Formats: sequence, structure tokens, C-alpha cells
Amino acid sequence: MNKLGLFTAALLGTALMSGSAFAQATLSMWYHGAGNEVESKIVNQIISDFNASQSDFKVELQSFPQAAYNDSVTAGALAGNLPDILDVDGPNMPNWAWAGYMQPLKIDESKIASFLPGTKGTWNGQLYSVGLWDAAISLVTRKSYLDELGLRVPTLDQPWTKDEFMDALAKAKASGKFQNALDLGTAWTGEWYPYAFSPFLQSFGGDIVDRSTYKTAEGALNGDAAIEFGKWWQGLFTEGYAQATQDPADRDAGFNSGKYAFSWNGNWAALGSLDAYDDVLFLPAPDFGNGSKIGAASWQFGVSAKSAHPDGAAKFIDFALQDKYLAEFSNGIGLIPATASAAAMTENYKEGGKLATFFGLSEKQALVRPVTPGYVVQAKVFEKALADIANGADVEATLDAAVDEINADIEKNGGYGH
Amino acid sequence: MASKFTRSNSAGWLMAGPAAFLMALFVVVPFLFAILLSFTNQRLVSPNPTEFTGLANYQQLLGVGMITLDPERDAEGVIVREANGSPAYPRLRDLTRNNPDHPELDGLREWFSFQVGDSRTYVLARDVVFMKALGNTLVFVLIVAPVQGGLALVLALLINQKLRGINLFRAIYFMPVVVSIVVVSLLWRFIYDGNSGLLNNLLSALTFGAFPRIDWLGNPSTALGAIIAMSIWQAVGFHMVIWLSGLQTISPTLYEAASVEGASPWQTFRYVTWPGLRNTAVLVLIVITMQAFALFSQIDVMTNGGPLDATQTIVFQAVERGYGKQDISGGSTISVILFILVLSISLLQRWLTRDKR
Repeated sequence: MNKLGLFTAALLGTALMSGSAFAQATLSMWYHGAGNEVESKIVNQIISDFNASQSDFKVELQSFPQAAYNDSVTAGALAGNLPDILDVDGPNMPNWAWAGYMQPLKIDESKIASFLPGTKGTWNGQLYSVGLWDAAISLVTRKSYLDELGLRVPTLDQPWTKDEFMDALAKAKASGKFQNALDLGTAWTGEWYPYAFSPFLQSFGGDIVDRSTYKTAEGALNGDAAIEFGKWWQGLFTEGYAQATQDPADRDAGFNSGKYAFSWNGNWAALGSLDAYDDVLFLPAPDFGNGSKIGAASWQFGVSAKSAHPDGAAKFIDFALQDKYLAEFSNGIGLIPATASAAAMTENYKEGGKLATFFGLSEKQALVRPVTPGYVVQAKVFEKALADIANGADVEATLDAAVDEINADIEKNGGYGH
Repeated sequence: MASKFTRSNSAGWLMAGPAAFLMALFVVVPFLFAILLSFTNQRLVSPNPTEFTGLANYQQLLGVGMITLDPERDAEGVIVREANGSPAYPRLRDLTRNNPDHPELDGLREWFSFQVGDSRTYVLARDVVFMKALGNTLVFVLIVAPVQGGLALVLALLINQKLRGINLFRAIYFMPVVVSIVVVSLLWRFIYDGNSGLLNNLLSALTFGAFPRIDWLGNPSTALGAIIAMSIWQAVGFHMVIWLSGLQTISPTLYEAASVEGASPWQTFRYVTWPGLRNTAVLVLIVITMQAFALFSQIDVMTNGGPLDATQTIVFQAVERGYGKQDISGGSTISVILFILVLSISLLQRWLTRDKR
């Protein structure tokens, strides 16, 4: 370990020396988008624009495949060689900030005042990360389906209630036209579960953890609201509205080939549906009693704790937050631009654009996942609980077990600094 | 032997050196670390200092309890019954959660239960998922070890013949071993698919549609069986080759003598082949057992331990906790328990198959 440390120190030393020889500091940057050509092109464009715009700093990019990115950061942190600029998935940020991987981001807050709430990563009262985009989920269906089933078109101001939603599912099932009424995307394991399904729980009035203290999940994840949610969730599968185990191919193409009446899916899949049908509707999440909710926060940029030039790193992030880059990312990979002014510059999110609904969804319904370092563990516990309930496990016992596991973890971590 | 090992054998040590060093660095050191960390609360990611916690991790994993409940009775003392006629019992949840009357049950969950007369006995565990993982792994080992070993022997006997093109069969049987287990698992996920999987289509075609379509990996009662079958198929070729090498060490003169004596094929196998394979059998058995205990990739690719913990395994839980849930100490504890388990079973096998002469 010591030898390794010496070796890295020597490497770092040479890197710094060669940097000062050019009187220009090199900022290393890690990004999760390796393998995506369009994404890489835009990031590289921002970097070369930044490098050309001033002479104090030079940003160098290293890309990782998304699946290996978090592990690489953890490994990099353990070995003590994180880059200056990191990108981080929104819900993970508190974990990294708490662990000492990241430092507060020092940029002018007025600059991001107009940003969508989900793009700002705040922990312990300080801004740590900012996103150039957000993502949103909607209930995808077709106008013709709604007409045929005699259903009202819900709006942002008047979303479906729980009863209306269940009525819609029942009618879709009774019509006999669909393999299943609802495509929830249960084939997508991992972060999809807490991202897509915990907003249902929050709309019922429960939560993954008690956000007032972040010290316990008791009452939040196993209270009356949560049990009601759990029974509703189990009902979706016992009634045959949705599939507990789904063929991944059905998730990708099922709605577009007419197997499902409704699909709970993100804005990134929206263009595919628009290609398949000419009357696609992106409906807001149903209101289960405590308002319609969808998940918020996608990948964001931040500064690593060990950066020798945090000012330079912040300067780069500040530079990247220009509307034109926000718009470019949106046009390139279909994400929701962080500002309304950038949205106006995009093809799909401008007023009257095909995906403009999503901007409204992000603005009105988005709720970030629990902002706590323990979220990483809580997300896994929540995913397992939901999968088990979907497969027929006892709702109350499963939620109790999830609460116990989350509480034990919080205790084991000394309250995660809350 | 020992003296030869240490005395004037510098060339030997020099040659073994690099490998021994790497083995020490990547096998022995992490192993010692695991033992050490299992007595702490070490996290993967945390600013908190590591603390020595003694046996807490082991108690958390292995804690079990038991409670026998009498059915609920109404005011007249008549047993209250559920809609389906079975007696109703007090809810376990009220006993095991925040109940000051039963501090010994706090945090325990139902693992399984059984009925004796009218009262019902619940076996509780502090970590039900780990207990299920333990049970599943043992079932996996108990089925895979004999079946895979036996099947491999049959295949080895079949291909241990001088026939034209026998090498083709050897290659075919050995092929799944060479392919990455991750690729094999992905392929079998398609084969087991509940709607249009190959297996369902095959069974349906063979029975003219009478066989119902089964979601092999999505059904708690078939998932583990599906993984067992696929795992046996995947590694059987490897053990076939070991059996084959054992078969080829048996002197042909013994077979000649047997045929001169007029032995039947079964007698030849029983009294010539099988005794000659003794050491090979011990090796195959121990290797399969150890490999079976390490079941991980298939689970990770195909089921993630689900549905309803039907395919949780010890190693999957170790990785899931250590890395997924950032609890290195918990993962280490599971690894140590697995080590003790495998070691004791291997020693037992060694003792049972010892040379009794």
C-alpha cells in the first residue's frame, strides 16, 4: 500500500511538473458515457471550447462505460487518485460527498436559479453537483386507446386519480386486446425500481426513508400508506395487469408493437414510441392521494475532494452550463434540458415540441430520491422488497424486513452524518 | 520430504517464487483480510473509522430463534378460524417488532414454520435471506455433486472408445466448458424464457401443445431447478476430461485379464475400472463440491437471487452485501462462513473416501 502510494505520488509529481512547465494546469475529468458516440462528441466539444476559451486550465477527458463507472470511482478513491472533475448519478452524490470523494461546488448560484430542481445536487445545505439535463417518466399510451376505452385524457393540472387509473387498467384488460394492460418495465432491474416506482409510494404518502430525520425508515416504508401501496402494487400482478417477470424484449418493443395499453417509461424511450404510432400521449403520473410524483435527478457534474485546482474545475462546470450545450445534449441523446431557455432551443422540448410534455412533468411532479448517503443501500433494499411483493410475498412482513435492514444499515453507519 | 523441501533447493524456490508471491498477494492476503474484517464494521465507502465489533456480524447472520404459537381463541375458548378453515394465529409481526414482552424475538423474521396439532411452531432467523441462501447452496451442492460427477463418468466411458470421429464428440462435450459462463447463462436465459423460450417451444411441440408454458426462472418452484440443470450441463465436460484421464491410466492388461476370465461388462467396470478410478473419484467429488459452493455467475446473470429468494446463494449474497450494499464486513463474514463450510465438508469427504487398507 505504501509503495503504491509512493508510486502514485511520484506519478502525480511528474504530472504536476510537466503541467507547470506549460504554465497551464491540467484538469482530469471522468465521464460515464464511453461507447456512446454522440455523447462523447458533445463532451469533447465542450472541453475543446473550454480549453480554447482560456489559457489557465486544460481539461483532459477519460471516459468509462456506464456499467463500470461507479466501481471505477470507488476504486479510484480507495487508491487515492480521483480526477478533478467527476460526473455522478444524482442519487449517488450524497454518498460520495459524505465519503469525502467530492467537495462543494463553488459556482454562482444565481446562474442555476432557473435550472430544473432535479438537476441541482444539494447535500448538507451545500451544492455539490449540477446536471445539464434531467430525465422524466410518463405513462405512455395512445389517444386511440383512450377513446376506445372511453377514458378521459388526464392533464398536468388534473391527473388521473387512483380509481381512474385502476379503472383504465381494468378496462384495458377487459378489452382483451392487450397481452397485459400495463408495462411497468420490471425487466429493468437495478436503479429503475427506486427511480420509477418509489414515486408511486410517495404519492401514496409513504417513502423509502423518513426524510425529516433520515435516521429511520420505520413508519415511512411500513406505515399504513406504505402498506396500502404494497397491497396496490401486489394487486397489479395478481390481477394480471402487469408482469412480475418481464421479457426484456417486451420492455423494449412491447408497447410499440401493441402488447400493452400503457407503458411506464422514460423520455429516452419516447422517440421510439413516436416513430411507432402517430397518436402517442405522454400522461402525467396518477395521483394516489398525495399528488402526482415522478423521480428526478440524472447524471451531474461535480468536483472531487482531492482536486488541486477546484477553482478551475468549477470554472469548467460553469462553462458547460451554457444553454447551447444543454440544448446540444438534448438534441443529441434526447434528455430534458435543464433550463426553459435551453428547451426553447431544442427540437423536441420547445413549446409545441413532441416531447414538451416531459419538461412540464419534470418541472411540476419531479421529486428527488432520498438525499442521503444511505440511499445506495436503501435503493437495493427497496428494489428487493418490491420484487418480492410482486412475486407474491406477504406485504407487511416484506416491508417490515426492508425497514429493519435499512435501519440496521443507518445505525451501522453512525447515522450517515445526518 | 520436509528436509528435501528446505535444504539446498534454491533453484526450486527461485522458480516457484514469482507464482508463490502472486498467490500470497492475491489469495492469502485477501483471505487473511477477510477474516480480520469480519470482526469489524468495515464499509466499502465511509468516512467513519473502522471499529472492532467482535462477533456481531456472525450473530447477525446466524442468529435463530423459535416460537410456538397457540391459535387464537374467542371469548368461549373456541379456536378462531380463517376463511379457509385453518386456525388463526396471533400476528408474528406484533411479537417480533418493538414488543417489550419479547425482547428475545426483536428483529427476527419467519424462516419457515410447521404445524403440530393446533399449535404452530415458527423457526425464526435474524437474517432470513442468508439462511435461504445457505439452504439453496446446500441443495445445489447435494444435487450437482453426484449428478454431475455421475454424468461426467458416463460420458467419459462413452468417449473412451476407439471409434472414428470420437474426437468430435469429445470436443462437443467439452465445448460448454470453454465458453464463458456469463455467455452460457445469457443463452440459457433465452432458453428458459417464459413466453417464447426454446425449452417451452420444445416441450409444447413434443406434447402437441398440451404442456403448459412455464416461466422457468420467474417461478420460485422451478428457478433453482433450472439453474441446477444448466450448471450441470455447463461443467460436465470438464469433469468428463478428468474421468477420461483417470480411465486412461488403467492398464490395458487388466482389461485383457478380465476378458480372459470371462468377466461381463458390468463386472469389468465394477472390479477393474471403478477401483482404478478411486483417486480420480475423490478429486472429481471434491472439485465439484467446491465449485458448486461458489455458485455465483449464473445467479448474477439469470435471476439476481429471485424470485422470492428461491435462488439466493452464499457467494451471491457475499458480493451483494460487500459491494452492492457497501458492507465489506458483512461480505467478509459470509466468505469466512463459506470457507469453514467448504473446508469441513472437504475434510469429511476426504475422511469418508480415505484408503481403508
